[in-house]
Amino acid sequence: MLGNKHPLPHRSSIPLFSPFVSILEVKNLSKSYRQAGGQMTAAIGNISCKVEPGEFISFVGPSGCGKTTLLMTIAGLLAPSSGSVIVKGKQVDGPPPNLVLLFQEYNKSLFAWRSVLGNVRFGLEARGDRSAGAAQKADALIEMVGLKGFEKHYPWELSGGMQQRVAIARALAYEPEVLLMDEPFGSLDALTRLELEDSLLKLWAQLKTTILFITHDIEEAIYLSDRIWVLSRRPSAIMQELDIPFRRPRDQVATRADAQFMELRNRIYRQISNQSSP
Amino acid sequence: MSLGKFNGVLFVFGALGVWQLVAMAEWVNPLIVPPPSKILKIFFDLVGSGEIPRQILVSMKRAGVGYALAALVCIPLGIFMGLSQTVYRSCVVVIEMLRPVPPPVIIPVALLFFGLGDEMKIFVIFFSCAWPILLNTLDGVRHLDSVLLNTARSFGLSRTRIIWQVILPDCSPQIVTGLRVSLPIMLILVVISEMVGSTDGIGYFVLDSQRRFKVAQMYAGMFALAVLGYSLNQLFDLLQRLLLPWHWRMMRKKDEG
Amino acid sequence: MNRLEKFNWPGWLVFGLLLLLWELSARGTPKLQLYFPPVSQIFGALVQALQSGPLLSHFAVTLMRFCAGYLLSALLAVSAGVVFGHFRSIHHVFATAIEFLRPMPSVAIIPVAILLLGIGDSMIVTVTIYATIWPILINTIDGVRHIDATLVHTGQTFGLSHRQILWQIIVPAAAPYIVTGLRIGLSIALILVTTAEMIIGSKGLGFFILDEERAMNSANMYAGIIFVAVLGYLLNRVFLTVEARALRWRHGMTARDAA
Repeated sequence: MLGNKHPLPHRSSIPLFSPFVSILEVKNLSKSYRQAGGQMTAAIGNISCKVEPGEFISFVGPSGCGKTTLLMTIAGLLAPSSGSVIVKGKQVDGPPPNLVLLFQEYNKSLFAWRSVLGNVRFGLEARGDRSAGAAQKADALIEMVGLKGFEKHYPWELSGGMQQRVAIARALAYEPEVLLMDEPFGSLDALTRLELEDSLLKLWAQLKTTILFITHDIEEAIYLSDRIWVLSRRPSAIMQELDIPFRRPRDQVATRADAQFMELRNRIYRQISNQSSP
Repeated sequence: MSLGKFNGVLFVFGALGVWQLVAMAEWVNPLIVPPPSKILKIFFDLVGSGEIPRQILVSMKRAGVGYALAALVCIPLGIFMGLSQTVYRSCVVVIEMLRPVPPPVIIPVALLFFGLGDEMKIFVIFFSCAWPILLNTLDGVRHLDSVLLNTARSFGLSRTRIIWQVILPDCSPQIVTGLRVSLPIMLILVVISEMVGSTDGIGYFVLDSQRRFKVAQMYAGMFALAVLGYSLNQLFDLLQRLLLPWHWRMMRKKDEG
Repeated sequence: MNRLEKFNWPGWLVFGLLLLLWELSARGTPKLQLYFPPVSQIFGALVQALQSGPLLSHFAVTLMRFCAGYLLSALLAVSAGVVFGHFRSIHHVFATAIEFLRPMPSVAIIPVAILLLGIGDSMIVTVTIYATIWPILINTIDGVRHIDATLVHTGQTFGLSHRQILWQIIVPAAAPYIVTGLRIGLSIALILVTTAEMIIGSKGLGFFILDEERAMNSANMYAGIIFVAVLGYLLNRVFLTVEARALRWRHGMTARDAA
């Protein structure tokens, strides 16, 4: 899987005899939890969707709409209140083995006591790879995310953008079939964000992982994705599904300059802001 | 009461119950491990007769004076050391020389100078409590945000006013930490100094009871010490809540989080 | 700042002056010599005691008791702390008992220990263990409990088992807290050993210092104190070195030596 370069259709071919078409399916998912005061809050109202292998999907929605809860539930870290999540035909009950969640607060998720290399190797160790070749794989990944030369550094020595890359490399080392990303670029400065968007797209093209991406940045979602699901305010439901028509590889200048780009952006923006106002 | 806490209380009562039964059944020598019922009875007798309160008062007088002295000397010293690099450098060598001395070891010196009286204990407690108070105060002052200081200066405040109205309040949490850390140290050292060289005080009382084989009395004294320690902590927290309400609330939030 | 400026002139000057003052007043006023024996005499006593032996054997005894007490206590306290910190239910069972025992100054255990164990090495080591367990235990529990949930979730999303998460993530993440507890425990252990030696009195540095005071050999007493201080300092240095190696990944370690 690593190191393969392919020309880039935006859907990978679907196995002919697979018993399931979608790699991930969410069926009537809802999630409520008890707040500190004691009342039940509904974070997710009713969400159903299907994701096909190799797709890049984004969820966009107003802040506080339960996006993180949604991702945590899909990742099996939270149990749904009702409905189900099905990954590769199996219902999710606890973290599924071929899926990894990349947390929003990456600095809290990286292991401070391991170097960059150590963190990436953790991803390999987690899938049981302690072989001699593991070190090389780790090195390749570190180079892929553009951190060559920083292998022996510790997370605190790196900038936010670099830390996020380490987290991504660690997740990819696990070779997940589905990668969930919770606002990964949210706390980075604008230029770093653009850089990482492109790096991510390159990695995705190489590795053909399915990616579910959460962001509050509408333009980022349009730029990156094949499809977008627009979420309502909580309790969240899918207000709209949009297909993104732009060809790949995308370009920060050309794609964003396209007239349709702005049109999509405005459409989504209006939909969200109409929701947000009381 | 939550289930967890209930389990905890249950465990304590369970353990005490087992102790009671074991002692009463004389599986262990009751002269060495008397049943809790006997200990409690003697404890209340001694409290009623005024013996324990008297000893505690004696100890607390010494401890209090030593503690107060340590605070009165070390807080200003810490502030000055924190503010002036010269003062800091002048003092730091001597301080670093004295610091590694474990406090009990200073007792013979105190005995040499002061004999068996109250002054000896006061000196020992002063010496022991000085370090946490001094170092924490110093730490607080040195970590003073320069933004805060510059804000004060740009308002044209005089040096003295800056110390009283900006530095002290800002460092007060750290100073309080030093005072809090010194509290158990104070208690420990007053007990030690009384065990080594004294004829009264609660520490002496416990050791003396053991020497006279008044075992239940010894345990009662230990219990009194536990109650004393607990009360001091509560008192300290209360004072902190009254004098530094903003910090208290901030700390509470951190603990719950 | 060149090295000349970096050297702490005022500090050593003050120190030197104080020593000089001590020496002169001791020599000048015979009456003061009991309380302030000439510094030269103290060092003489130190050298002599080192050479002819009693101080060294006392030192060996104290060191042995210290090591036994500290290491055993560290082992017990860290293990218990990890268990208590991680398994809330187990912690709750013992929490009330801990809350009751904590306020009692640990030295109060000495008379009981004498009663139960007599006056010997086992008694001293036992009280040392008892006292040293507290700071290590409390700090370990604290460290384990304050692990960020994100770290645990990270372990879960990577498919780690419960036990793997505990050993590979929780314990390393709690390490700074544990180390703080171990550092505090270091001074506590030394305090307990020397105290017990003073109270029981037959061997050890604590006993030596007290004994010399009783015999009015103040020079020897001071020599003993310096010895203990140096021991404490060295132990601390060793600890800091080990800590720096083990926690190499931790930046900006504030030396929180205030204890």
